[in-house]
Amino acid sequence: MTLVEMVPTDVDVLRRRLHDVLPAGVDEATLRVVDESSEWLAVRRGTVLPARSGFDGGAMLTIWADGGVGHAATSDVSDAGLRAAAQEALRWARATAGRTVPIAPPSLTTGGVYASPVTTAWDTTDLADRIELLRSRDAELDAGELIVDRSATLGRRDVHSVLVSTAGGAIDQRFAFTYPMLAVTAARAGDAQTRTYGAGAFCGQGGTEVLDRFGFHAAAGSLAGEAIALLDAPNCPTGTMDLVLAPDQMVLQIHESIGHPLELDRILGDERNYAGTSFVTPDMFGTFRYGSDLLNVTFDPTVEGQLASYAFDDDGTPATKQHLIRSGILERPLGGSLSQQRAGLRGDPLDGVANSRACSWNRPPIDRMANLNVEPGTSSFDELIGEVEYGVFLRTNTSWSIDDSRNKFQFSTEIGQVIRDGQLAETVRNPSYRGISREFWRNLSGVGDASTFAVMGTPNCGKGELNQMIGTGHASPVCRFSGVEVFGADQ
Amino acid sequence: MIDPQYFDDLVTTATAGLTGDEVLLTSIDTEATDFVRFNNAKVRQAGNVRQATLSLDLIEGKRHTQATVELSGERGLDDARVAGVVEHLRAQRAVVPEDPHLIINTEPTETSQIGTDELPDRDDTVAAIVDGAGDRDLVGVYTAGPTASGFANSLGQRNWFQTSTFSLDWTFYLRADKAAKAAYAGFSWDDAAFDRTLRDAAGKLDALARTPVDLQPGEYRTYLTPSALDEIIGLLSYGAFGARAQQTSQSSLLRLLSGHDELDASVRISEDTANGIAPNFQEQGFLRPDEVVLVDEGKAADALVSPRSAIEFGLEANGAAGDESPRSLAIGGGGLDVEGALAELGTGLYVGNLWYTNYSDRPACRVTGMTRFATFWVEGGEIVAPVNVMRFDDTLYSLLGSKLEALTAESEFIFDNSTYERRTPASVRLPGVLVGGMKFTL
Repeated sequence: MTLVEMVPTDVDVLRRRLHDVLPAGVDEATLRVVDESSEWLAVRRGTVLPARSGFDGGAMLTIWADGGVGHAATSDVSDAGLRAAAQEALRWARATAGRTVPIAPPSLTTGGVYASPVTTAWDTTDLADRIELLRSRDAELDAGELIVDRSATLGRRDVHSVLVSTAGGAIDQRFAFTYPMLAVTAARAGDAQTRTYGAGAFCGQGGTEVLDRFGFHAAAGSLAGEAIALLDAPNCPTGTMDLVLAPDQMVLQIHESIGHPLELDRILGDERNYAGTSFVTPDMFGTFRYGSDLLNVTFDPTVEGQLASYAFDDDGTPATKQHLIRSGILERPLGGSLSQQRAGLRGDPLDGVANSRACSWNRPPIDRMANLNVEPGTSSFDELIGEVEYGVFLRTNTSWSIDDSRNKFQFSTEIGQVIRDGQLAETVRNPSYRGISREFWRNLSGVGDASTFAVMGTPNCGKGELNQMIGTGHASPVCRFSGVEVFGADQ
Repeated sequence: MIDPQYFDDLVTTATAGLTGDEVLLTSIDTEATDFVRFNNAKVRQAGNVRQATLSLDLIEGKRHTQATVELSGERGLDDARVAGVVEHLRAQRAVVPEDPHLIINTEPTETSQIGTDELPDRDDTVAAIVDGAGDRDLVGVYTAGPTASGFANSLGQRNWFQTSTFSLDWTFYLRADKAAKAAYAGFSWDDAAFDRTLRDAAGKLDALARTPVDLQPGEYRTYLTPSALDEIIGLLSYGAFGARAQQTSQSSLLRLLSGHDELDASVRISEDTANGIAPNFQEQGFLRPDEVVLVDEGKAADALVSPRSAIEFGLEANGAAGDESPRSLAIGGGGLDVEGALAELGTGLYVGNLWYTNYSDRPACRVTGMTRFATFWVEGGEIVAPVNVMRFDDTLYSLLGSKLEALTAESEFIFDNSTYERRTPASVRLPGVLVGGMKFTL
């Protein structure tokens, strides 16, 4: 897609330039260059919104000197620009030396490449065809006069990230992301109900084939019908009951109540002023029962086509699949090499994962989720539902809130369905549920098999100071929980 | 950092390359930001970000396409990038349909507002923060430097808004989640003012050291500080006040708009551009009025109307950005002396901060969220003990309506410290709120 020359990304050239621009007195340095192009198309209520392209590029220089570390991000990647950035980074390293948390140089010597698997690249399609695709979906969302708003959206980003170091490391990764979305709102008499295509979770790496993974081309009609039906649906029942969650709600449940509390930088306190702390403490790893025996959670950057798959994190650590929770027992945190080093220095030696990630060239990496997945179990969907005497089956996240230690949560979904005597029954609207993370996961009473498993992602996860928005991957089967406090809108 | 002359020259060159009846709209956001992140009163990350993002909208008739491109600050390189983007937009425009909701400002204005740079020396500031924290557990972030927003079009309009600010947003932690949040932000650093802020935050730690209490779910008399109210108002800023959300029944103020529900008659909410720190022009070059009243005497008033929504829904535009979110939202004060807020509360909850607000019932404007940082149980107007975090779930029509007892006379000016993608010149001005009963659920 790149039609505008932004930043050079040749590994050998960048390695040479890094050496050329460094001032004297540098112990180690890395140069991370990101070149990104994007396209966002949308049709709303029959109107094609202006096509929006993005061309972004810049460099982050990180320098270790005199016991300090300094970062300098610049969109000027000329020799003069990089030289000025190197001076800035060195000055920051020296200004903070003696006042920093322990941060040893990474001595990055790794080399390697990664490229998103793409079956059919978007560049093989015409803009006119892409617009027509969205026009058709938008028109299909128009199911009558109760529909007050509707939109079909397609976003795609091509990101090329190169990391080189003075220690000889060179990592070259190319990503192709696709973000399809449908949304439809029906309204009547002071009430409005919205249905979406997975609330944005049906995204991933790849080209046009990403749209086929969740049936984008056939989804509009049923979404519009459900939005209208929700206007007449009863409120979600209130009470303590069994709760069955579809994968497009499990995404959020995993993200908020497993992912964030396991981030090692939160456990080390970095995020306490903003994103929050964690109820998880270092002594819990290896013994703490996070969930029932059925709970198996992996950090897996190797899943083909998942949103946050990669071969190396932004510190250059090779990325491999690791269990974080096995048979309900907490095993390891989401902590990159630096966080592991810091925890070790505090007397808490912990094995982590390769999850040190930056949202772009203008932010330094921090611990993030990547692909954080609940592994499939053995129950079919019919078995999960069939064993429920009374409960609800909820789909598609619409609201989320959790405390800063990641304990007390309350989530809502777009649509629910009562389960009565082992059968799915009437549709209900405005469903919500709340609980406390550890109790909730310990009440996991059924995990769907591979036939219920879906590979999804969260396009926008916010964290960090400076703030960073990044995509995370989540895959999950349908899951069932017992004894959950469920309620509707009128409570 | 890119200056107005550079921006002017860049757009002038791009304008010279236009063909036919093309019109080019551009806007820019640029910054040179120093940042220092702290944990345990030590530096976690420190550095500098220099960036400049140019947005372009290439129009001919009713057809147009848009792009953003990062600028390097090197004139030859940036001219080539802009020319490449214009060529790309021109090629795309050939295949897109007409946009019936396109409108451009054909009355060019020229404005320039450049604040003085009185920022402190960064090395001295890092030392002052670390030394000021002493042996306390300080965690947070310091940002400083100039930011600028500009607009220019091929019709000759030029607008520039530049300011140099600093912000130290931090928390003193006592243990686990018991902490006192504070902020010190402005245009020039004052050692005495910083010391006062440090002492105020440290003073709260004494009360936080007491044995915390667990409250049972229920309804409690509550005082919300301006910072706590900011978390609720911040949620409303996404869609509640925008014309598009209101016209398509997606605004959370649906029942206020229909007259089904009202807020207390003392509540007045406005987009107060004249007293904020945001530019007085939006990204398409339309000027913002000094004030747009959104809620008056507890009833719905105007919406924030972007030029696009004005055409789409037959309304009058009022300088709103495309997202129709406020940049300088203000709620008028009331009659409660902030110094007497605890006494007036009597027995109940003092909520210093709320956190992670979201809707539990959007059409009813029912909001849920958590207490955070310094939240105390108060008896007889005196702080008794910190309160372990609680979840609230209540409607705006209760909190600022039927259960509202008083707004403080003084409003607090709160800088927006968001740094997603870039630093944001935005703010809110809010009073404290005394609520007769606020619902807590977990």
